[in-house]
Amino acid sequence: MMKDNADERIGVDAMDIKFAAKDVQVYYADNHAIKDVSVDILDKTVTAFIGPSGCGKSTFLRSLNRMNDTIPICRVEGDIRLDGQDINAPEVDPVQLRAKVGMVFQKPNPFPKSIYDNVAYGPRIHGLARGKAELDEIVEKSLRRAAIWDEVKDRLDAAGTGLSGGQQQRLCIARAVATEPEVLLMDEPCSALDPIATAQVEELIDELRQSYSVIIVTHSMQQAARVSQKTAFFHLGNLVEYGDTTDIFTNPRDTRTESYITGRIG
Amino acid sequence: MTDTSLPQNAPRGSNSILATDARTKKRNAAEKRFRALGMGAIGIGLFFLIVLFTTIIRSGAPAFTRTVVDVQFTLTQAQYDEAEGTLFKTAAYADLFIAQLGEILAEQDVAADFDAESIERTLGKVGGTLREFYRANEDQLDQPVNFSLATSSRVDGYLKGRVTLEGIEDSRFLMASDLDLVDELQAAGVIKSEFNWPFITGADSGVDNPGGAGIGASVVGSFFMMLVVLALALPIGVAASIYLEEFAVQNRFTDLIEVNISNLAAVPSIVFGILGLAVFIQFAGLPQSAPLVGGLVLTLMTLPTIIISTRAALKAVPPSIREAALGVGASKMQTVFHHVLPLAMPGILTGTIIGLAQALGETAPLLLIGMVGFVARGYPDGFLTGFTEANSAMPAQIYTWAARADAAFYDKAWGGIIILLIFLMFMNILAVILRRRFERRW
Repeated sequence: MMKDNADERIGVDAMDIKFAAKDVQVYYADNHAIKDVSVDILDKTVTAFIGPSGCGKSTFLRSLNRMNDTIPICRVEGDIRLDGQDINAPEVDPVQLRAKVGMVFQKPNPFPKSIYDNVAYGPRIHGLARGKAELDEIVEKSLRRAAIWDEVKDRLDAAGTGLSGGQQQRLCIARAVATEPEVLLMDEPCSALDPIATAQVEELIDELRQSYSVIIVTHSMQQAARVSQKTAFFHLGNLVEYGDTTDIFTNPRDTRTESYITGRIG
Repeated sequence: MTDTSLPQNAPRGSNSILATDARTKKRNAAEKRFRALGMGAIGIGLFFLIVLFTTIIRSGAPAFTRTVVDVQFTLTQAQYDEAEGTLFKTAAYADLFIAQLGEILAEQDVAADFDAESIERTLGKVGGTLREFYRANEDQLDQPVNFSLATSSRVDGYLKGRVTLEGIEDSRFLMASDLDLVDELQAAGVIKSEFNWPFITGADSGVDNPGGAGIGASVVGSFFMMLVVLALALPIGVAASIYLEEFAVQNRFTDLIEVNISNLAAVPSIVFGILGLAVFIQFAGLPQSAPLVGGLVLTLMTLPTIIISTRAALKAVPPSIREAALGVGASKMQTVFHHVLPLAMPGILTGTIIGLAQALGETAPLLLIGMVGFVARGYPDGFLTGFTEANSAMPAQIYTWAARADAAFYDKAWGGIIILLIFLMFMNILAVILRRRFERRW
């Protein structure tokens, strides 16, 4: 039944749906932060969440890998399914979920360890490598995927915190992809970066689309237009409009979306 | 008086930036006043610190030197056999010593008048010391041996200026004529001042022998207490803080625990002392005066300090590190032990060492569990018995000395304070080094 709904709403092949959210509510204590959000996120697609500050886009993103569990006053209701499985089911261990749904944060937050250890940490705790050689391989592959390998290959033992902001963020992306996630959540990954680093990360996101479903929260509409195929516009906790990025930007159906993308609200 | 209390419609003053307007002048004056106040406060603090240190060093320094009479003494086999054959053996040795001392003084052309009693008053029981030595080292007979004989504490005090010829009253401890003898010995060059090792290594002595009192045994007592405190307070404190800070849900109950921990840090130490007396000694039946009990009491006292500083250190770790770890799928415990705890380590170590330093200087609770007074035994027999055998601790030893009548013990108390301060300084330096070593950027 879920799949039928999805078909009705956005008209795509149900097989491609990665995340299916239905009537999601998020409360911070008494504050109703997310109201009745239903959205289907596609596999191997970049989906952008846009909207003014405080509209709940980050909150919704964090409920997709249950990072909101770490906030005691936060309560999530509704139905969120990853490949048809309820992620809030009591038998789901959030630790396992987060291995499948990786996350990159707004501010680059590498561990104060070496570059190698930053990337190797995830595979180590999940037991993904059977030996040193295999781990080395995973680290290299992840760093290559994050397009930072050439810059750091000679100093893998150097501290991850010693890199520049853009490099740190790409290191964090490498760390996130090292656990072989199926979905990558990115919470304003470029807001702390300069235009050149931003361009590098955007290019990277486009490449990551080959293997993952990428969801990116962004304040920059240009960025949403550049990197995403699907865009969701949030306003005051509501999902106002969701559709193909080109449609949203050229032919918004809702007046609020139009006001936002033309700069009248926000 | 604040800036905001100025009237809203105050004149804007001239528009030139070269002229300072009234409002700016007022602000600058306020800033200058504040700087002067701050410097004054620091100055007062430094002044008292300097006064404190000069007083301690001036008063404590005499405890670190002692006066000895250096003489070369030869005992022949025949004299040894004869002395061992008499009834009052040590007296025989003393007579032999007096005879040889007389010869030494005569060689130096110093006229001296002394007898066995005056020697005993100035140098203590010399005969006993000599007999003990030769009975243990018979191979040293027939050859000259150098003896450094410690003078009595009053003679020591005379040479350090504490006792004066005019001030003394003749007693069985010291007569005015003995001081003449000391002057003569000094003229003959046999009296020397040397570093007082026995003070640092020795155990406490009886009330009438201040010269022989040492702080060594109580240093060992303090050491065993600190071992107990470290072994108990660090793991318990860190575990409690981690649980409270990272795992516990925020509710009334945890709030109550938090308030109580903060309150415990402010409980007077003597309360912990009487608690220790009631629980550890009277209820649990642990031995009195034992470093084990002292350590347990000090653990109770140190726990709040460690918990508070550990929680502060954990709080200071940026939440982004926790999110990063959780984001790659680390469990709560992995997040804490792999990332948060290593980053909080410098703060935890500093807090622990400051807690230990506090415990090291604590006296009041030790009074109540009997770790004070005369500990005749001195050093413990072995490592394990060090925890259970009666001992004293540094601050308690200092307290005991300060309470004794003989002025020589007063010097000892100040000297003990210097030793205690050296230990505290060492611990604080260790805290700084550890903090530097473990500190990491993020």
